[in-house]
Amino acid sequence: MAKAYKKPEALSDAHTHYCPGCTHGVIHRLIAEVIDELGIRGRTVGIAPVGCAVLAYNYFTFDFQEAAHGRAPAMATGIKRVRPDLIVFTYQGDGDLASIGMAEIIHAANRGEKFTTIFVNNAVYGMTGGQMAPTTMPDQVTTTSPFGRDTADCGMPIKVAELLSALQTPGYITRQTAIKPKYIVKTKKAIKQAFKYQMEGRCFSIVEVISTCPTNWGMTPLEAVKWAEEVMLPYYKLGDYKLPE
Amino acid sequence: MSKKILMKGNEAIGEAAIRAGCLNYFAYPITPQTEIAEYLSRRLPEVGGVFLQGESEVAVSYMIFGAAACGERIFTTSSSPGVSLMCEGISYIAGAQLPAVFVNIMRGGPGLGGILPSQADYFQATKGGGHGDYRMLIMAPESVQEAVEMMMLAFPLAEKYLNPVMILGDGLIGQMMEPVQFPDDLKSEPTNKDDWATNGMDTRKSNSRNLIKSLFLDPELLNNNNLTLKAKYDRMKQDEVRFESYNIESDYKVLIVSFGTMSRVCKTAIDNLKAEGFEVGMIRPQTLFPFPEKAIEDAVSKDSCNLAVSIEMSMGQMVEDVERSVKGKRPVEWYGKCGGDVPTPEEIMDVVKKLRT
Repeated sequence: MAKAYKKPEALSDAHTHYCPGCTHGVIHRLIAEVIDELGIRGRTVGIAPVGCAVLAYNYFTFDFQEAAHGRAPAMATGIKRVRPDLIVFTYQGDGDLASIGMAEIIHAANRGEKFTTIFVNNAVYGMTGGQMAPTTMPDQVTTTSPFGRDTADCGMPIKVAELLSALQTPGYITRQTAIKPKYIVKTKKAIKQAFKYQMEGRCFSIVEVISTCPTNWGMTPLEAVKWAEEVMLPYYKLGDYKLPE
Repeated sequence: MSKKILMKGNEAIGEAAIRAGCLNYFAYPITPQTEIAEYLSRRLPEVGGVFLQGESEVAVSYMIFGAAACGERIFTTSSSPGVSLMCEGISYIAGAQLPAVFVNIMRGGPGLGGILPSQADYFQATKGGGHGDYRMLIMAPESVQEAVEMMMLAFPLAEKYLNPVMILGDGLIGQMMEPVQFPDDLKSEPTNKDDWATNGMDTRKSNSRNLIKSLFLDPELLNNNNLTLKAKYDRMKQDEVRFESYNIESDYKVLIVSFGTMSRVCKTAIDNLKAEGFEVGMIRPQTLFPFPEKAIEDAVSKDSCNLAVSIEMSMGQMVEDVERSVKGKRPVEWYGKCGGDVPTPEEIMDVVKKLRT
């Protein structure tokens, strides 16, 4: 009997270390499926961030580099400039990309570097144990905002897709989510489109993926999905923010 | 060797990299080495190379990481405050065992300091700079000619040890114009990069992937990585010590240890003192790590030698390595200046004469 559904070749057999209800595993799989479908595993280099996904390289079966916190876009720039034939993506969380790595992502996007960024936004620092991120929602309780994020003190959550869209350089900028199947299908389509633009040498591409972190949000996986949908999605609106001219 | 031409140190350093087969350069402007970036922004496109001005020295150090991890020859240049920012990336590059060349054309510090020549990044270069147990192979040129030769040596050494190599010059080396002859173009290429580089599995016709990382959560594995690094640094100490002896055949009373621009001033002082009938010897480290400990120990042990003096454009950094090398066999003194003025030969002569008494 033919197998109707199997593990992508780009994914390894390793069991992930991600918590129950976390969407990293789903997003990893989407990337792996896209890489398989585009037939680019043999010329792809992934860049793992600092954060929960630092060990992402254990779950993929192609070349990988491990970044310092926030610096993945600079590394991707270095790779693409000297080896434009390679397909390069960075996989970054919101503390990594929107806080310590803000300079690197803005300038890479503005130069129109021809790589792809998968930006996983779950409104919290995961690996270090639930601290406030630039994307943490107003009044959201974290270990460093124990009374809830005070926007008068810490400002409003940063909308990365909108921020990068303000740049005049052409790019592909979209926000999707991996919290429910109906969204996941669209997210995969966006990831595939992002890689395609890269393969065509068109532009910088980033897919922001709104995600859950039940552990650090102090919720069950189901509560986390509900919270993401009811609190995050109205603020972080889904859709394409920029398409290449 | 090319014919002799007059060239500014900074531009010669840029040209030397190209002749060493390095056609990739990322950098951020900072005085007194910006001419390297200016030169290469024109020159690299002529030879089909890659030039990119990064948004910061932090970013540049990771652009270097990314390119080096693909097995491509790569280098950057900066000056003291910029190198401080690069130290984060350098630590990661050393931890992940990647070959890359860094040039530091030193200016005064700490803080913004000044833009004139200095040697005050000796500790930063030789003792780490970034976090963790790592070393760079450090070469210190005393002339534009030597800067060129060291550049061409730096790439094969970085590839041999899979470790960052730094050329540590002072502002004068970068700004000065001198006659220079370029050695023949370097033909060698890194040979084993398919074993480790993330250059795409198709490129190396391999079914297994390569992984570049410096994270080892298992304490035993991290210790092993550090032991591997230590073994490399020990091999460098064994095989890569470079130094020049000056007036070492004489019955010198005083042994100077000095490097870079400072050592050239010392040579003039030594010649003048010799004419006055006072012999002074010198060991000039060409590599600061590994440090020529044995050469200094041997030189200071000569019967005629009463003491050693470390003369530096810093407030006393290399002197600690000189003391370590001398092992208490003779007194060790220090003289230095670190505002941007290079001490004159007369000043050095006075210092040495005073030390004699």
